[in-house]
Amino acid sequence: MLRLEPRTERSRLLLWTTPLLAAAMTVVSAYAVFLIIGVDPAKALRHVIFDPFSSAYARSELLVKAAPLALIALGLSLGFRANVWNIGAEGQFTLGAIGGGAIALAFYGVDGPWLFPLICAGGIAAGMGWAAVPAALRTRMGVNEILVSLMLTYIAVLLLSALVSGPLRDPDGFNFPESRIFHESAIPPMLIEGTRAHIGIAIVPIVAIFLWWLTRYHEVGLSLRLLGDTPRAARFAGYSEARAVWFCLLISGGLAGLAGALEATGPIGQLVPGIPVGYGFTAIIVAFLGRLHPIGVVFAALALAVSYIGGESAQIAMSLPAAMVGVLQGTLLFWLLIFDLFVGYRVRLLGPPKKSVRATAESDREMSEAGGA
Amino acid sequence: MELLAGILFTLTIASTPLVYAALGELVVERSGVLNLGVEGMMIIGAIGGFAVAYSSGSVAMGVFGGVVAGATLALLFGAITQIFLANQVVTGLALTIFGLGISALIGQAYTGQTLDTFPRLYLPVLSEVPILGKVVFQQDILVYGSIALTAAVWWTLTRTRLGLIIRAVGEDHEAAHALGFPVIPIRLAVLAFGGGCAGLGGAYLSLVQTPIWVEDMTAGRGWIALAIVVFAAWRPWRVLLGAYLFGGFTIIQLHAQAFGVNISPQYLSMIPYIVTILVLVAMSTDTARRHFRAPACLGKTFFTVR
Repeated sequence: MLRLEPRTERSRLLLWTTPLLAAAMTVVSAYAVFLIIGVDPAKALRHVIFDPFSSAYARSELLVKAAPLALIALGLSLGFRANVWNIGAEGQFTLGAIGGGAIALAFYGVDGPWLFPLICAGGIAAGMGWAAVPAALRTRMGVNEILVSLMLTYIAVLLLSALVSGPLRDPDGFNFPESRIFHESAIPPMLIEGTRAHIGIAIVPIVAIFLWWLTRYHEVGLSLRLLGDTPRAARFAGYSEARAVWFCLLISGGLAGLAGALEATGPIGQLVPGIPVGYGFTAIIVAFLGRLHPIGVVFAALALAVSYIGGESAQIAMSLPAAMVGVLQGTLLFWLLIFDLFVGYRVRLLGPPKKSVRATAESDREMSEAGGA
Repeated sequence: MELLAGILFTLTIASTPLVYAALGELVVERSGVLNLGVEGMMIIGAIGGFAVAYSSGSVAMGVFGGVVAGATLALLFGAITQIFLANQVVTGLALTIFGLGISALIGQAYTGQTLDTFPRLYLPVLSEVPILGKVVFQQDILVYGSIALTAAVWWTLTRTRLGLIIRAVGEDHEAAHALGFPVIPIRLAVLAFGGGCAGLGGAYLSLVQTPIWVEDMTAGRGWIALAIVVFAAWRPWRVLLGAYLFGGFTIIQLHAQAFGVNISPQYLSMIPYIVTILVLVAMSTDTARRHFRAPACLGKTFFTVR
């Protein structure tokens, strides 16, 4: 007979080993899926797991993919701790691309070292502005932020599509729905020559370490944890829920916006309707895989980047569908959620059925007393 | 007059999938479970329905396939949230990410294929009546089914013992458990029902609305269905009203050109999403909140030492 007992404290060992277990089970599940759809599983998995590390260029691409995922997930994990569910990071990312891209186009041909920081600031502001809508609606009127932020994602994607086929369209572009290609001063400086690894990658560890400090040593971190775990106690302690909602949504919106501006000016280099490719949703998986911990999130982003690059590589080499990546990522999150049970609960193998914890504890005490006497 | 009949006709076709998906989610939420994976269950229903209809040559089998596909995914959600006690918000999102991926994977083989058009009922004489005939008596059976299902859900929830048990579980799962009702099996059954409904809504898209398979063809309808449940304040007849209201906003784009509206199609496509936000705002005013309350245990994990 199996019995579940809540742990008084989450198991730290399991908290950090279960993501690895979940990844291992995802590989096993992927093996099964490949078998079912009639693809050589060993070969496909070799492509997915090893190709991303096979060359210097592939490794740099890993960082290019991991950077936006990490930036977005770092912001989201703040909110998820505090029960603020920003599900619309994809929209804030898109708005960041629009904001940053619009500044780049407004100063088209203008040179100066000030332009790129301005573009980043524009991206952050645009992302924050988009996230401010669910923040205002939740704090002022109590509207659920999940649905609002998600609806704003659809609106953002349509807005980008409308802008690149309208006011931001390349005037010499034969009516294609694309903007001009950004000029030299508007694109991020490269970290590694000959690759697409840009300065944004260097921003990630700085943000991660800052947020780690903030959540661990600053009162803000305490207030967010408290609001997430025991909202009543947090209110008695005088922490304002509204302030936490604003803080989490503005930070996560700003970081998603920054990621969007970097993505548009960096790897893509112009505004196209296809900029949003689901990083905002994948970042939710990244946040949970990284245990909502800033340093954990960075490693989780690298792991998910492997699924993108490896999936792409398997797609090209074995003509697999692109959707494979989504299946892998969804499966990973399922396994993680399943294993989470063991982080919070102890599974007892023995024990009489249908007996409450208190009764067991009492009988334990009686037995020990009997033993003592 | 022809135009009006045409608009009303497309309105029912646009609204019916929303009716099914939102009704299913309504029952699920009344039992205290928040399944945010409606989008994932709809899309898996769309491809499940299409694949079965294509390989069996029977649209009826296709509808059944969509229901089974949606219910299966819902049971996966049920296992993870009810048995493994995971957070319902995160699991629902995982369900959507997974559903979109797996449907595209399965759908690759069916891209570009077409199905026969879904049979319509032509009631003699009545279907000849101008406007009313086309709108009311020439629909497919699933349109009538959606209205019958609304009535059935309303009847079950408000007039039967089963409905009382479902609501009891949703309002206070501890008390329901103490009374001896098996909370988790009830919720699993309700989840399967809700998933089946979402799958049916998805299958309606790929079998009736546009009888082809397109990746991501649900385009956020699952999320709109969730908003309709809030709009409807967890009441079945208001779900029907809400679905037709939202259905109306999604077809504005189709008919705007006919009236010579000269706005980019992207801006017109935004309308249903903007309306969703406005409706959520309207539903959260103090007076609305006093009248319409969510089930007390919505989204809470039920745990008992077992």
